Amino acid sequence: MNLNAFVFQAVNGLSSASGLFLVAVGLSLIFGVTRIVNIAHGSLYMLGTYIAYSVATKLGGALGFWGGIVLTAILVGILGAIIEVLLLRRIYRAPELFQLLATFALVLVFNDAALWIWGPEDLLGPRAPGLTGSIELLGRRLPTYDIFLIVVGPAVLLLLHMALSKTRFGRLMRAATQDREMVGALGVNQAMLFTGVFALGAMLAGLGGALQIAREPATLTTDLNVIGDAFVVVVVGGMGSITGAYVAAVLIAEVKALCIALGIVDFGLFTVNFSKMTLVAEFLVMAIVLITRPYGLLGREQGAVRSVAEPEEPLRPATTATKIGGLIVLFVLIAMPLIAQGSPYTLVLGIDVLIAILFAASLHFIMGPGGMHSFGHAAYFGLGAYGAALLVKWFAAPMGVALAAAPLVALMGALLFGWFAVRLSGVYLAMLTLAFAQIVWAAVFQWETLTGGSNGVLGVWPSAPFESRPAFYYLTLALAALGVFLIRRFLFAPFGYAMRAGRDSPLRAEAIGLDVKRIHWLAFAIAGCICGVAGGLFAFAKGSISPETIAVSRSIDGLVMVLLGGLQTLSGPIVGASVFAVLQDSVMRSTEYWRALLGGVILLLVLAFPAGIVGGLAKLFARRKAAS
Amino acid sequence: MITARTLGLVAAAGAWALTIGHGAQAQDTIKIGELNSYKTQTAFLDPYKKGWELAIEEINAKGGVLGKKLEVISRDDGSSPGDAVRVAEELVTREGVNILAGTFLSNTGLAVTEFAGKKKVFFLAAEPLTDKITWQNGNRYTFRLRATTYMQVAMLVPEALAAKKKRWALVYPNYEYGQAAAATFKEMMKAKQPDIEFVTEQAPPLGKVDAGAVVQAIDDAKPDAIFNVLFGADFAKLVREGGTRGVFKDRTVVSVLSGEPEYLDPVKEEAPVGWIVTGYPWDKIKIPEHQTFLAAYQKKYNDYPRLGSIVGYATMKSLAAGIAKAGSTDTEKLITAFRGLAVDGPFGPFTYRASDHQATAGAFVGKIALENGKGTMTDIKYVDGASVLPSDDEVKKLRPAAE
Repeated sequence: MNLNAFVFQAVNGLSSASGLFLVAVGLSLIFGVTRIVNIAHGSLYMLGTYIAYSVATKLGGALGFWGGIVLTAILVGILGAIIEVLLLRRIYRAPELFQLLATFALVLVFNDAALWIWGPEDLLGPRAPGLTGSIELLGRRLPTYDIFLIVVGPAVLLLLHMALSKTRFGRLMRAATQDREMVGALGVNQAMLFTGVFALGAMLAGLGGALQIAREPATLTTDLNVIGDAFVVVVVGGMGSITGAYVAAVLIAEVKALCIALGIVDFGLFTVNFSKMTLVAEFLVMAIVLITRPYGLLGREQGAVRSVAEPEEPLRPATTATKIGGLIVLFVLIAMPLIAQGSPYTLVLGIDVLIAILFAASLHFIMGPGGMHSFGHAAYFGLGAYGAALLVKWFAAPMGVALAAAPLVALMGALLFGWFAVRLSGVYLAMLTLAFAQIVWAAVFQWETLTGGSNGVLGVWPSAPFESRPAFYYLTLALAALGVFLIRRFLFAPFGYAMRAGRDSPLRAEAIGLDVKRIHWLAFAIAGCICGVAGGLFAFAKGSISPETIAVSRSIDGLVMVLLGGLQTLSGPIVGASVFAVLQDSVMRSTEYWRALLGGVILLLVLAFPAGIVGGLAKLFARRKAAS
Repeated sequence: MITARTLGLVAAAGAWALTIGHGAQAQDTIKIGELNSYKTQTAFLDPYKKGWELAIEEINAKGGVLGKKLEVISRDDGSSPGDAVRVAEELVTREGVNILAGTFLSNTGLAVTEFAGKKKVFFLAAEPLTDKITWQNGNRYTFRLRATTYMQVAMLVPEALAAKKKRWALVYPNYEYGQAAAATFKEMMKAKQPDIEFVTEQAPPLGKVDAGAVVQAIDDAKPDAIFNVLFGADFAKLVREGGTRGVFKDRTVVSVLSGEPEYLDPVKEEAPVGWIVTGYPWDKIKIPEHQTFLAAYQKKYNDYPRLGSIVGYATMKSLAAGIAKAGSTDTEKLITAFRGLAVDGPFGPFTYRASDHQATAGAFVGKIALENGKGTMTDIKYVDGASVLPSDDEVKKLRPAAE
């Protein structure tokens, strides 16, 4: 390795940075103005790669390629506008974060749509006409297309900067980013503004995707591969700051380039393959940046969003009727092995549903009443699962010991990560929890000698007397019921009131002597601990676990369950988890295009119940009661 | 007063109760439970499904097995071990199957292997390559069709040795398949060529290779030869960036699986000519078994087969042969029948070894060439899986868990 090699890799990094910047900047604009966490942004990018491929190969030549890029950006922009008008506009009044659920459904639908339209094979586009070759630099060959990309990033940045500072639309966007209610109060047509911003963001995603077809094939896994990177760049740069997004993209791309350039380094006692670090480099950067600069590199504290949603009803202790209802459900669940004697699968699914309920309820505890939106709750699920499984694997621990260890391991993780996370708020907190989850995931994934790497740990089966399925079902039911009961108990204890006070009005809570940070930290730890129980049960239910127990998709599943049920009610996560788990199970069986179907059902639920299923039903009842 | 909470819970329980009452039906067919990652490994598994559908059609057209038709109940395994185990349980408990087949990813394959061993269900792992399915974590209920990571690498090692290169660079996806392939390659090469040097190792995340930087790092290490394990989209990116930057020029490249149409066809006229690969040159195989298969496949689908088609086809043919030999679908009898079972596949006859339950189905080794603007293979030869597998005594030591 000489200096030239490093310098050259740094130049390489700049072209990757442009790619990252283009995905992220649209997301940043959309979030800044509309506060929508748009998970479908990666899907728009993926559609960009497919559309550009089709245009480039159908038309052919320079017009097909370069014209195709422009056309793709416009088409994806129009698609963005359609999404905003037909879907998102209907749910702006829903509670915070609810739009995430709608965009999650779009991810599922778009992925299956792409499979249906473009087929299963990877599609490698043509090279860029006019830029197929390379030039000599530092004794190495640099593709001319990379040079083009290096220029495109800053050019788009400059254009956007001009547009934001010099045009009326740009001024409105900046104003809305700072205080969107004020912009509305001043008579600006917010609906138009939101549609415009969403279309612009989508257009940038489409452009980013289209520009990549000369370098990589259009493939169906792009959507989820890209979205994580995009969020990281946006958050590291500072939400809503486009210059920040570029700086962050460069920082992350350069760190990765450095890791690749270093390759294997021999430290004498041990050797490190730095190229493996690219798995987690961006999340390490994000964690460090957020811990040292809570609002990202160039971000500012977010302007307060005076919620457009209807105010949340205060939590009320259960009435006698609720208690009786809860007991009835519990009795039905206890009787389930008898009811379901003819169909043993009911218990298999039942165990999965109960584990999902415990997972979702623990997440809801910090998300709803705690106001801390964790995007990395899978970390504690995974820590619990691995804590139990590794004890079985390495120490042949009996099941009781392993299950008892699961919440403890998760608790330790939650105490550590929570300490940092509660210092932030809003989306920054969410992203820091995600970063921690990814770091845990990467550690488990890489530490093959301890954790079995990507294959995971095998042979974690329940021991007597829980070997039989009904027995294990009862164990799961008992622990899930206990967990849900404990969560309720915490919420109606002084601790729970203090936690909610800290969420609703941190300043006043501090003023009456509550240590808000400390309370939220403890709440975070409690949620992690209970989630660990779910993880431990999961390991024994499946007999084996792998890093997917910690993966982002599991964290997102948790968010979907909580939002689906309703963030503002205590039974929301229970209903949401049950509906999601049962729905997924039956949909997966019913059609080849099950993702599209699942997405479609979620979209319907989103439109029918903008406060979640339980929230919606509760409102319905309240209205009927008022009428009678 | 009924509150929302109660109502919601009752609704959930009700939805759940809907799954009750789906009892077993009269068995006039032999049911096979099939599960795979159809949503994430589409390029391989779409042809795979076509392959097994063709096999089932052929088997049933001849009257099925033991006088009964074969019925495949196919499921998506959610591409995750946790979901795969649930789907396997669903197939066993709800659909009443006692034969499972399929899986693609190593970790889902292993999870189902573990499940099969614990619940005493017969499982034929179709595609997952990890050695652990038949060795470290092997059990008496699990057999595997596809040539393993170890076998794929072992088939290429003689060619790599023949190239007589000293400085090797390795590039592989950062998960078990890539790591195991790289480790096996290093071990086998070192044993035969003690002065070999491994000058760099690049292990990018699966599906997310930063190809420009990675090929540059390989170039900077100045290797004489490169061993590649990347596949799918990663392979396409590597080929394009390496081509533009001239990294593969004058270097021997040995590459696992790259001759499979699934991965080679997307790069079209940029197919890296001269790479030594394992793969499936479907238009070059002239043995009668393959000719028959090819004609039937093209007639049914109006498309050429991919390697996935072969795997899917051979999976169901194996099961049919095994059930016929066992004379029953009883699990123990199936195991006995599969040990040493001879099957006629599109690549010719192969057997399931009694010692480690691994099929001896081989693969084609050759060099990538360009014909009519499309990648294909030349100098092809079929390497029988039996010729690269360790002996029965050796594998006995590798299978601590299995009887």
